[in-house]
Amino acid sequence: MGKYVLKRIGLALVTIFLITAAIFFMTHVLPGNPAERILGNTAERANVIALEKALGVDKPLLTQYWKWLSDTVRGDLGGSIQFSVGAIGTEFGTPVTEVLLPALGYSLRLAAFAFIFVVPLSIAGGVLAGVNRGKKIDRILTVGGLSAAVVPEFVWAVILAFVVGVQLGWLPVNAYPDSPDPGFFTVIHHLILPALALMLVLFGYISRIARAGVIEAYDSDYVRTAVLKGLSQRKAVTRHILRNALLPTIAVVASQVPYLIGGLVAVEIVFNYPGFGGLLLDSVNYRDYPVLQASVLIIGTVIVTVQLIADVLFAVLNPRIRQKLEQ
Amino acid sequence: MSTQPALELRDLRVAYRVRGIDREVLRGISLSIQPGEAYGLVGESGCGKSTAAFAAMRYLPRNGSITGGSIHFEGQDITSIGDDEIRELRTNAISMVYQNPIAALNPTIRVGKQVAEVFELLGKPSDEAHDLSLAALKRVQIADAEAVLERYPHQLSGGMAQRVIIAMALASNPRLLVLDEPTTGLDATVEAEVLDLVRELRAETGTAVLFISHNLGVIRTMCDRVGVLYAGALVEEGPTDEVLHKPNHPYTVGLLRCIPRGGLHKQTDRLDTIPGTPPPLGATLPGCVFVDRCAIAKDTCRTTPPNFVELANGHRARCAFHEQAASMPRAVDGTRSSGIGNSASSSSELLNISKLSKTFAQDSGDVRVLTEVSLSLRKGETLGLVGESGSGKTTLAKNLLGITQPDAGSVITLDGKTLGATLRDRSASEVGAVQIVFQNPDSALNRRHTVMRIVARAIEKLAGKSRDEAEDTAQVLLNDMSVDPILHSVKPTQLSGGLKQRVAIARSFAGRPQLVVCDEPTSALDVSVQANILNLLVDLQSKENVSYVFISHDLGVVRYISDRIAVLYLGRIMELGSAETVFNGPHHPYTEALVSSVPAIDGSQRVRVRLGGEVPSPANPPQGCVLNPRCPRMAGSGVEHLCTSVEPDLVEAEPGHFLRCHIPLAQLRQIQDK
Amino acid sequence: MTTDTLKQSAAAERKKIRKERFAQLRKNKAFIVGAVILTFWVLCALVGKFLVRINPDELGFLNGVETDLAPNATNWFGTDSNGRDVFSRVIVGSRPIIVMATLATVLGTVLGASIGLVSGYLKGWFDVIVMRILDAISAMPVLVLALLALSAVGGSSSVVTICIIGFVFTPIIARTVRAAVLNEAELDYVAAAKLRTERMPHILFKEILPNVLPPIIVEFTVRLGYAVFAIATLSFLGVGVELGSPNWGSQVADHYNLIFSGLWWSTIFPAGAIATLAIGINLIADGVTEAFEL
Repeated sequence: MGKYVLKRIGLALVTIFLITAAIFFMTHVLPGNPAERILGNTAERANVIALEKALGVDKPLLTQYWKWLSDTVRGDLGGSIQFSVGAIGTEFGTPVTEVLLPALGYSLRLAAFAFIFVVPLSIAGGVLAGVNRGKKIDRILTVGGLSAAVVPEFVWAVILAFVVGVQLGWLPVNAYPDSPDPGFFTVIHHLILPALALMLVLFGYISRIARAGVIEAYDSDYVRTAVLKGLSQRKAVTRHILRNALLPTIAVVASQVPYLIGGLVAVEIVFNYPGFGGLLLDSVNYRDYPVLQASVLIIGTVIVTVQLIADVLFAVLNPRIRQKLEQ
Repeated sequence: MSTQPALELRDLRVAYRVRGIDREVLRGISLSIQPGEAYGLVGESGCGKSTAAFAAMRYLPRNGSITGGSIHFEGQDITSIGDDEIRELRTNAISMVYQNPIAALNPTIRVGKQVAEVFELLGKPSDEAHDLSLAALKRVQIADAEAVLERYPHQLSGGMAQRVIIAMALASNPRLLVLDEPTTGLDATVEAEVLDLVRELRAETGTAVLFISHNLGVIRTMCDRVGVLYAGALVEEGPTDEVLHKPNHPYTVGLLRCIPRGGLHKQTDRLDTIPGTPPPLGATLPGCVFVDRCAIAKDTCRTTPPNFVELANGHRARCAFHEQAASMPRAVDGTRSSGIGNSASSSSELLNISKLSKTFAQDSGDVRVLTEVSLSLRKGETLGLVGESGSGKTTLAKNLLGITQPDAGSVITLDGKTLGATLRDRSASEVGAVQIVFQNPDSALNRRHTVMRIVARAIEKLAGKSRDEAEDTAQVLLNDMSVDPILHSVKPTQLSGGLKQRVAIARSFAGRPQLVVCDEPTSALDVSVQANILNLLVDLQSKENVSYVFISHDLGVVRYISDRIAVLYLGRIMELGSAETVFNGPHHPYTEALVSSVPAIDGSQRVRVRLGGEVPSPANPPQGCVLNPRCPRMAGSGVEHLCTSVEPDLVEAEPGHFLRCHIPLAQLRQIQDK
Repeated sequence: MTTDTLKQSAAAERKKIRKERFAQLRKNKAFIVGAVILTFWVLCALVGKFLVRINPDELGFLNGVETDLAPNATNWFGTDSNGRDVFSRVIVGSRPIIVMATLATVLGTVLGASIGLVSGYLKGWFDVIVMRILDAISAMPVLVLALLALSAVGGSSSVVTICIIGFVFTPIIARTVRAAVLNEAELDYVAAAKLRTERMPHILFKEILPNVLPPIIVEFTVRLGYAVFAIATLSFLGVGVELGSPNWGSQVADHYNLIFSGLWWSTIFPAGAIATLAIGINLIADGVTEAFEL
C-alpha cells in the first residue's frame, strides 16, 4: 500500500514538472516581451535592450527555464514584472510571493467556502434523487441540477448580483467587505453570493454521479439480498448503498477542482474580489512571466494533489484494489 | 406444524411495464406447496419461473406489479400486506437462495459481517451474531470457516459463495426456502455437492422448498412434485416421477424428447425438437398458450383456453387432448439413416497436437494453464472436451484457433502441415480451415450487421470470392441452415437464440472448414432449441466430413455427440478414449467423480463418488499427481506414495484408451464395479 | 409458425420498438422545451440578421437615440452604453456562439472518438501512454489553457478558440469511447472478425464503431452544452471571439457594472440568452441520454 502511495506521489511530481515546462515554453512563444511592455513602443532601443538584460529575458529559453526551476525549488519565485518599484537597471520587482499569496488567500477562502457547502449538499441531493428514482423530486433535482451546471458562473454571478443583491437587497454584492477589520461572520456574509454562483455550477455534476451510484447499487443483486433478508429500505440504503455509491463520487469531486478554478476567475471579476483569478488574467495580458509561471505552478500542484488524494482514498476504500496492492 | 400449505398461489397474475406498456408475465398460475414438501418449478427461459419465485417473497422489480390473484403463506393472504409485515416474514419465515451467489453479496463488506447481519435482524447482539455466523458456515460444511468470515466476496469461489448464501438463508430456520436456479453456472461436481447439502439440510429442518430450475435432472433428484411452466402458465403438475415418466401435456412430452439421454448416440438417433419459438413477452394468447407449437393442436385450442384435467395421484395436465400427448408425432425423424461414426474410425488423421503448453505471465509469477497436452483427431470425428473451471479447455481452444499463442515447443499440425502459432502466421485458407462456434450467440454476432452481411463477409474473406459471388453462396448456405431468405436482411437482435446460433454456424462454415471448435454451443440455449442445433451440427458433420472439438459442461450432450472424449483437469489430460468407455468405465477417478455427479432424469442413480476440497490454483499445482489431494480412489490403492510424489504419464492402458493414473486399469475395474 | 408470419412479426416488432421510443421522447416535456429553445436560437443564428428591424451595430447616439435607455416600444430590450439596440444585438449574437460551439464539439468528438477507439482496442503500452497524456491535458483548467493560447495569438481568434475547446474535449470523449470499446472488444464477434483475417481498421470502424455510436452521440450533445459554457466565459473575459460581431459574453463584460446602478437590461438580457441556450441544449442532451438508456 505504501509503495502505491509513493508511486503515485512520484507520478504526481512528474506531472507537475511537465505542466510547468509546457507552460513555460508556451508562454515564451507569446509575441512581445516584458521590456517593451514596460517602456512602451516608443522607447529607445538601447534602453529596451538594457532592460531585457536586467530582467534576464535575453538569455536562451532553456537557460531561463533552468534558472526559474532552481529558484523555485529554493522558494524564490522571482519578481513580478507588473508590480515593480525602483529604477531601471536596479534589482526590482515586488517578489511574486508577496503579490500572489494574499490573492491566493482570498481565493482559497471563497473556494473553500463554496466547496465545503456544495459537496455534502450535492451528495445528499444525488442520494435523494437516486432513492426516489423516477418520482417528481428526482426529476426536479436532476434536471434542475444539470441545467444549473451548464450555465456559466459569470451568468449566475450577474443574475444573482442583480436579483438578490440589487433588487431584493438581501445580500451584499461586494465580496470584499469595506470595513477595515471585518469579523468572521461579515466576511462569510459577503462571500455568500459569489460562492452561490460557484455552487450552482458544481452541484449538478456531483449530484449526478452520486445519483448514478445509488441507482446502480439499488439495482444490484446484493441490495436485493439485503432487502430479502428483511432489511428495511432505509437500512439497506445506509448500510449497503451509500458505501458503494460514494466510491465513484470521490473521483468526480476531484475532477471538479479544475472547473472550480476556472469559475473563480469569472466570479471574482463580477464581484470585484481581489483574488487569484484577476491576477492570473492580468499576468497574461501584461506578459508578467514570473507571476504567470508561479500561478500555473500553484494551479497544477493543487489539481494534481487533489487527484492524488482522491486516488489514494479510492484505493483504500475499495477492497478489491486494496487487496491487489497489498499482495 | 400447521396444516395449511406453506405456500399457495391462487390464479396469480403479474405484469411488467416495458416502454410504457404493461406486459403479462404470469397468467393466472395456481399451485400449493405443503409444509415440508419440495416443489420444483421447471421451464425454459422467459416462462416466468423466476418471477414466480420472487413473487413468493413479495419482491418484484421496479416495473413489476401484481395484476390479479393472490399469494398465501401458511394460510395468510400476503398479497397486499404492509412493508413491515413482509419484512417480518422475510426475516423469520421465508428465505431465498439466488442464481449468482457472488453478485448477491456486497463486494465492499466482509462475508462474516453479511452473515452476521441475518442474526442481528433476528435480534441477537453482535458478539453472539458473530459466533452464530461461524456456526452457520460450519453447518454448510465450509472448512476453515474462520478464514472465510474475514474474506470479501470476490475472493470466494462460486461453490463457496453459494454455501454462504445457503447458510444465510437457513439461519432463521425458515418454513419456506425458495431456490432460484441455485446451481446454474457451477461446475458439475460443485453442483452435486451443493445439491447434496440442500437435501441434507432440508431433511434436518423439514422446511418446505420451492425449487426453480430449467434442468429436469436436477428437479428429479431434489423435488417431490413438479410444475411445468410455459409462457407464464402452468401446463402440467404432479409427483415428479409421474410427470417425468408419464407426461400428459404436449409441451412436457416434447421437452423430455429433446434431452439427449444415456443410450442415445448421434450415429443412430436424432433428437426430437419443439418447432417454433415461445411467444413474446406479454403477448395476448386467447387460447392455449402452447397452441402455436403443438403437434396435436386443434381449432378449439386456439380459441378456448383448456382447463386442468385431473389424473391419478394429484397429477394434472392442462390439455383438452392429453391422452394423445404421449404418442404425439415427432417433429424430427428419430433414427438417423446415414451412419457417421463408421467413416470416422477408418479415415485419416486431420489434427495432431503435440506437447501443447500455455503459460500466462502474471504479477505474482507465471501460471501454467496447459501442460504438454497431446492428442489427435481424425477427419469427420468429434472429440468431446470435458473439464471444470481451471481445466484449461477454453485456453486449449484459443490456442488451436490461433487467438492466443502457445508456448514454444508446442506443435499443431493440420492435415500434415504445421499450423502457424497465431492467426497472423496462418494463410487465409488455414484460418478458414479451423473455425469456432461460440457459446453466446448474442455476443458472437455483430448486432449492427444484417445476417447476409455477416455470412457473406466471412465467405468473401475466407473463400476469396467477390462481394456478389459471396452473397449468392451465403444465400445457399443460410438456406441449408434453415434460415429463411426473408430473414437474411434482418439484424440479429430480431432473431431467436436458435436462429442466431444457426447464423453463427453458417458463418463458421463459410470457409469450408475442416475443424470446427464448438465451445459450449448450446449452453446458452433452451433445451428445445439445443436439440435443433445439435441435430444441425451432426448433419453438417456427415455432409462435410468436418471434425469437431466439442467443449461442454453438459455431460449428457457430450456423450451423445462425441466419438471420443478427453477429460481435462488442471491443464492436463487425465483420460482419453471412446465416448462409451470414458463414460461407463472403468475410468479415471476424476472422470468417475464427474460422471457420478450428474443428476439423471430417468432416476438411475450412480453411486456418488465425491471429490474432497476445492480445485487448486493452477499457479500452485500439487506435487505428484495433480488430483492427489482430492482423489477419491487414492486411499487404499496401494500406490499413495507414488500419487503424492510422481506425476503419472498419459499411457495407453488398453487399445485406444489412455489414462493418467498410477492405479492400474485392472484395479480400477475391480474397485469401480462395486 | 410460417416464415411469413415470422418475418412480419420481426418487422412489426422493430417498428413497434421505434414507435414506443419516439412516443416516450415526445412525452418527455423537458426534451420538448429544450428542442423548442434550441430551434429558436438556431433560427436566430441563421436568419436573425435579416429579420431584426434595427441594425445591431448602429451606434444610436449618432442618431440621437439615447444611451442606456430602459426597454420601451422601439427598443424592446433597451439600449446599451453606445446607444445600440440590445434586442437586435441579442438576436444576432446567437450566431458566433452557436457556430463556434458546434465546430468545437465536432472537432473534439471526431478526435476523441478516434483516439478512444484505437486506445480501447489496442490496449497495452499504447493505451497507457495515451491515457497518461490525456490525463495531463485534462488536469489543466480549460480556461487557463485557452487564455494562454489566445494571448499567444493576440486574443481574438475564433479558430484558436474552436481548436482549444476541441482539444480539451478530446480526452473526455476519448475516455468515454475507450470505456465503451473495452467492453465491446470482449464480445465474440470481434474475435470472429479476427478469425476471418480482418485487419484493425476494418474491425475498428466497421465492426466496433457502429456499436459504440450511442454513447458517442450522447457525449456530443452533452459536450455541446459545455462548449457554449466555455465560449461564453471566454468572450466574457475578453478573449476568443473576433471583435465586430455582437456576442453575448462581451456584452455582459461591457455592461455588468451598470447593474449596481440599476441599469440592468444591457447585462441581464444577454446573460439570460446564454442561460437559455445552455439549458436548452442540456435538456435535449438529457432526453437523448434517457432515450438511449432504455
